[in-house]
Amino acid sequence: MAHGILSYGAYVPRHRLRHAELGAALGSGGGSGARAVASYDEDSTTMGVEAARAALANGAAPTAIHFATTAPAYADKTNATAIHAALDLDRQGFAVDLVGSARGAVGALRQAAAGGGLAVLSDLRTGRPGSADERAGGDAAAAFLFGAGEPIATVLAEASATAEFLDRWRRPGELASGQWEERFGVEAYLPLIADAVGRALAEAGVEEPDRVIVSSPHARAAATAAKRHPGRIAEEAPAIGYSGAADPGLRLAAALDRARPGETILLVVAADGCDATVLRVEPAIERARPARTVAQLVEGGRDLRYATYLTWRGLLEREPPRRPEPGRPAGPPSHRSERWKFAFVGSRCTACGQVHVPPRRVCVNCRAVDAMERAPLSRQPGRVATYTVDRLAFSPSPPMIDVVVDFEGGGRYTLEAADASPEEIEIGTPLELTFRRLYTSGGVHNYFWKARPA
Amino acid sequence: MASRGIKDRVAIVGMGCTAFGEHWDRSADDLLVDATQQCFASTPALPKEEVDAYWLGTMNSGQSGTVLSKPLGIDYKPVTRVENMCATGSEAFRNACYAVAAGAYDRVMAVGVEKLKDTGYSGLVRSNVAGDGTAPEETLTAPAAFSLLDPAYCRKYDVDPAAMRDAMTHVAWKNHVNGAKNERAQFRKEVPKEKIDAGAGRVAGRLGVMDCSGVSDGAACALIVRAEDAYRYTDRPMFVKALSVIAGPASGPIDPGYDYTTFDEVVASARDAYAQAGITDPRRQLSLAEVHDCFTPTELVLMEDMGFSACGEAWRDELDGAFDLDGELPVNPDGGLKSFGHPVGASGLRMLFECWLQFRGEAGARQIADARLGLTHNLGGRPGTCVSFISIVGAELG
Repeated sequence: MAHGILSYGAYVPRHRLRHAELGAALGSGGGSGARAVASYDEDSTTMGVEAARAALANGAAPTAIHFATTAPAYADKTNATAIHAALDLDRQGFAVDLVGSARGAVGALRQAAAGGGLAVLSDLRTGRPGSADERAGGDAAAAFLFGAGEPIATVLAEASATAEFLDRWRRPGELASGQWEERFGVEAYLPLIADAVGRALAEAGVEEPDRVIVSSPHARAAATAAKRHPGRIAEEAPAIGYSGAADPGLRLAAALDRARPGETILLVVAADGCDATVLRVEPAIERARPARTVAQLVEGGRDLRYATYLTWRGLLEREPPRRPEPGRPAGPPSHRSERWKFAFVGSRCTACGQVHVPPRRVCVNCRAVDAMERAPLSRQPGRVATYTVDRLAFSPSPPMIDVVVDFEGGGRYTLEAADASPEEIEIGTPLELTFRRLYTSGGVHNYFWKARPA
Repeated sequence: MASRGIKDRVAIVGMGCTAFGEHWDRSADDLLVDATQQCFASTPALPKEEVDAYWLGTMNSGQSGTVLSKPLGIDYKPVTRVENMCATGSEAFRNACYAVAAGAYDRVMAVGVEKLKDTGYSGLVRSNVAGDGTAPEETLTAPAAFSLLDPAYCRKYDVDPAAMRDAMTHVAWKNHVNGAKNERAQFRKEVPKEKIDAGAGRVAGRLGVMDCSGVSDGAACALIVRAEDAYRYTDRPMFVKALSVIAGPASGPIDPGYDYTTFDEVVASARDAYAQAGITDPRRQLSLAEVHDCFTPTELVLMEDMGFSACGEAWRDELDGAFDLDGELPVNPDGGLKSFGHPVGASGLRMLFECWLQFRGEAGARQIADARLGLTHNLGGRPGTCVSFISIVGAELG
């Protein structure tokens, strides 16, 4: 790998489906764990944006986005372009999806390491009601910026092994994956893992790595391999469920949150083969940790009823509000307003300083015409000027909460509130922006920004 | 703003208004025929053949002048369709008046119609222009948009939310009391305040169904002639004193300077209309006001914007009964949008119809003694982004 990791960020959605709730709803075993659940207005693209924003809090502007997921929002259309747009990046740049199995995560990391850029790993895990995938899965995202600057971690070695075998599969469009008998997968994976890990450690000249992460859709193979290749320091993995293509990223981020300079990390991804990577943590890590650690993101989730989870995942079709569904966003206007719709960039009057969202040509304050400069507001904090709970509006998850947001430094817009209940909102409540999917109409996802309590 | 106005230059000499309501058995065509036949029947001196031109207001029930010329069988005359959201009916009236005042025609008709109950939805359905999916109006409903006034008003004037809720309830209660006395109203029943309170919050913010105007079908119309010709057609014409329509920059939703406790467009149109009509103390000079009570907090804010109440005092005046039928200035004596119903294109003309009846002493149980000067008002749009229409009409010249 040519480039080191310069910064990273992670995202865990706010909602949790507790195993106890699952057990109670389905009349099966409970347990003390929980899985993270993407909200109804989140998908792999929006969660990827969240993680990418955390990774780029330093203001870096990568020239490439490598987006890996097993749950793409679109097929036959690049999803990484929406992430690219939400990050307000230059037109001169690359954006590509690595869609399919969890192994795409390794593809994104390797591509970013080879040519520089941002690897965005994001995933939603869904299974049939009552399945192990439903219970043990989780939704999350992580992003890693690779480049030529002072790295926080460098790649010492990598090795891969590949085999064709039928352990887990899903045809496009299907809800749940099939899995072969569990013991077959263990037998198929363990030699591949041993091979790749052995070669990677040898190449790196590392006998016992300080930290080891083994990520695999095959839970038992991963657990067995982790016992066979222990690290010096036990992993404190985020307890939100196995998050597919995001899983190695989220756990690497959690390890980096805690790691000291000089430590080595063995990252093992076993998905239709095995890819082992050995990294060394560099001194710059102390200055480049994100504002929110993975542990903080995992804490303080909001419990979700199972029926709500099913509704959000499209597994339970509920009676919609008796209001017409909004029309699909139109192609040409969405393209014309790309910087506004996807990056929340407004305009500031160069004559009087008034901030406008969306950008406009005539100043609402001094009426100057075409005297505007860019005013990016997606990271600007705001406060509630007034608010309402709309119980009549069409929403994928009624009721819809709308807030009039006044931004620090100027600008106002009416936005939907995200991850909030009515009692959390009042005049003056501090808010921050989050990239979401307002609704899907005519097969088109309407991506835009919402405001959530900061 | 310079506006000369056309005070006492044109007069209404005949009017018609259907009952408003859920007319499952009536199309927009039927409603147009009903309203205009009623009008022509009451004005035998001005038959359809002698009307020179027509203005038709409808927001969503059809496009072009043929929406009117076709059902009425109008023989090759000028028919103009106008739209200005909830001020649509008023806008048809305003343009018709101007045509007569300009001398282009001597006898014209303004008609408004709306067929809302064929959509399959209980609330108002609007057609959005193809866009980028970022406009809040695409999802936020009208009651929710107007409910934004409530917390902002309470905060600005330090009004106890419970007292504000009482005032909103009083608006709904009062307009139902009035509508109960009106045979054309959609809801002809008084509603106890406890029942209004019980449903609060079920629609949007603290608004319940009883805080929202009735969604209905209906049509209304007016025959307009030169003031000097008025007595040829009726012994009690209604004279136009002022007409004002104001569209603002619609910047409230994007400008932190707007505080969601007022409609700047209404303030401007009231100032304009009062200047045209020579009104200096509206609360005392007006006999009645028909205002756009689309939702209960709207009426409260309008009382202040039109100068009927001091800022921050409308909730108290409303609770004190100042705007009740027997109050200092009866507001919405016919039941208002709340109880009469709100077929968008017809509403502005319906308000004029109440002035017409009141001036003629034909308002029955809700007759206001010695009514001679009335105000009608429409608001089209939402807080911070709307058009406002105000007319002043009088029973006498001068």
